[in-house]
Amino acid sequence: MGFYDLIFWLFAFISVASAALMVFSKNVIYSAVGLLFAFFGVAGIYVLLAADFLAIVQIMIYVGGILVLLLFGVMLSHKIGGIQLETGTLNKIPAFIVAGGIFIIFFRVINKTVWPLRTTAKEFNPTVEKIGTLLMTDYLIPFEIVSVLLLIALIGAAYIARKERVQ
Amino acid sequence: MLVNFASVLIFILFSVLFVGFNFLLSRFIQPRNPTPLKVSTYECGEIAEGDSWIQFNIRFYVIALAFLIFDVEIVFLFPWAVVFKNLGVFSFIEMMVFVFMLLVGLAYVWAKGDLEWDKPKDVPAQETF
Amino acid sequence: MPVLNIYVTIFQTFPDKIPDTILTILLMLAGAVGITVLAALLALVGVYLERKISAHMQDRLGPMHVGWHGVVQTLADALKLLLKEDIVPAAADKKLHLLAPFIVFSATIAAFVVLPFSKTLVLSKLNVGIFYVVAISSFVVIGIILAGWASNNKWSLLGGMRSAAQIVSFEIPASLSILVVIMAVGSLNLGDIVEFQNGGILHWLIWKSFPFNLIAFIIFFTASLAELNRAPFDLPEAESEIIAGFHTEYSGMKWAIFFLAEYANMFLVAVIASTLFLGGWSSPFGNFLNYGIFSIFWLFVKSFSLIFIQMWLRWTLPRVRVDQLMYTSWKVLTPFAFLCMIGVGFYMIF
Repeated sequence: MGFYDLIFWLFAFISVASAALMVFSKNVIYSAVGLLFAFFGVAGIYVLLAADFLAIVQIMIYVGGILVLLLFGVMLSHKIGGIQLETGTLNKIPAFIVAGGIFIIFFRVINKTVWPLRTTAKEFNPTVEKIGTLLMTDYLIPFEIVSVLLLIALIGAAYIARKERVQ
Repeated sequence: MLVNFASVLIFILFSVLFVGFNFLLSRFIQPRNPTPLKVSTYECGEIAEGDSWIQFNIRFYVIALAFLIFDVEIVFLFPWAVVFKNLGVFSFIEMMVFVFMLLVGLAYVWAKGDLEWDKPKDVPAQETF
Repeated sequence: MPVLNIYVTIFQTFPDKIPDTILTILLMLAGAVGITVLAALLALVGVYLERKISAHMQDRLGPMHVGWHGVVQTLADALKLLLKEDIVPAAADKKLHLLAPFIVFSATIAAFVVLPFSKTLVLSKLNVGIFYVVAISSFVVIGIILAGWASNNKWSLLGGMRSAAQIVSFEIPASLSILVVIMAVGSLNLGDIVEFQNGGILHWLIWKSFPFNLIAFIIFFTASLAELNRAPFDLPEAESEIIAGFHTEYSGMKWAIFFLAEYANMFLVAVIASTLFLGGWSSPFGNFLNYGIFSIFWLFVKSFSLIFIQMWLRWTLPRVRVDQLMYTSWKVLTPFAFLCMIGVGFYMIF
């Protein structure tokens, strides 16, 4: 499947390059743009894995919700009192050591795991009905707990924001 | 199914190329004369001072937050709506419990005034010179 | 593999010379070109219609000189914009200033790919059709925020943020009102939704579960008007208040792209509303004239009627204040949308 691999490498490149832009850029808004394209790349990879509903959800929630929230937060607070906030790196040597250690741990774990490899699947079925049915039958309790979780998140965040507003 | 998404990808790529082509075309046939006045920031004839930043206004953030919570709820509502016809009363009750939780959230945020945007206040007469 | 009848014919004409996948890609590209050109043409027609309709509503004539009754006016304007200088403010962020129109235009046009123009004429039969359209409109918000930021102008930034806050607030009622359609049909595919409504005006989804679907249609239409930043919800673009909002510092072709995107979005909303609630390409007379070229005709008749209503509302109603805007979305439209959904649920069970 030549084209499948080609598209996969394209989206993989987009995701990694954007993530690199996000991490290494000094300008916070450029990092946000990098994040935008990283989300887009991941959504493409979800499509290649036959998770069509999940890809659209990725765009809707991450790009439409979380990135908007991030951008609002950054833009509203990037200059407090006229002084620009900067993103830079401090303490490079300890950071390298800790990050390197974590990388080695992850590398070993990923190497030792037995991943069930899917063959480039012949059964690209639409997934929305299956997700709907499963949510209502097998995964009902997690589903209802999600609603409680969302309620807690809303109340908590509104409370914190209200304290800011009153001050 | 992948064929349909491939159509989408090709379409997005083409639209990017279309916009790029238009910009390039314009770049070749437009005059280029940047004078200091033309490239200054526009403020209806006033001279703009200082950098552009706006007062921190938490209302924007609260609205985006409330939107995010309800967006996640909508993501759960869509698959349910697709299978609703086939699954009957019990699924309806389950979803009503879900929706009820979030309506409680909406009512809380409403009652505590987090959804308010400032109303214009009347300026009392003695504040004018 | 082939998704149109035309595909099958072309596949049979070029049997062995070109490999299958290349041919499919070329056909998709041809479809992409067609739809982009169509969207651009629709936007041009929309601008002309707006000027003429607003003119007649204000008891004047509108464009009359260029071509017969000013028909070629928009084309002349588009050519003029191509020749205008692209002034980028010295204080602006050049890369983001260039990126924003790309994001706004691509995201708006990308939703056209799933629209069914007739039983066989649809570029992409995505199974998550309508959900994809909803998700793509969230992409546009990012473009608007970046445009407002990149101009490095207080008014652009404020306009962009207000525009984004408005779009984001009205997305909830718009998405909720779509749910009643999906509950009735049981599929997210736009082709299936239109097939469900095939068979005459009484089968249209706007009459099902009366009156909840009707209320849902009104909520969807109102919320979409606000998402388009059109009057009476056009505070972020209000000329008398913050100049032109997020596209203040854009000139020439970049501004034209924003403008094109706005009018294409207007058409998109009209076509989606007709597809979901008014029967899409199906004829209102049952099986009379329900095939081929007439399907496209019916779809355009319904969409243009909705566009006329959009323009009518713009030139009749006064602008809404920003707190009234937020009040409308969160305290009126969202509760009513939830009510419709619950009502339709009860209707369908009992």
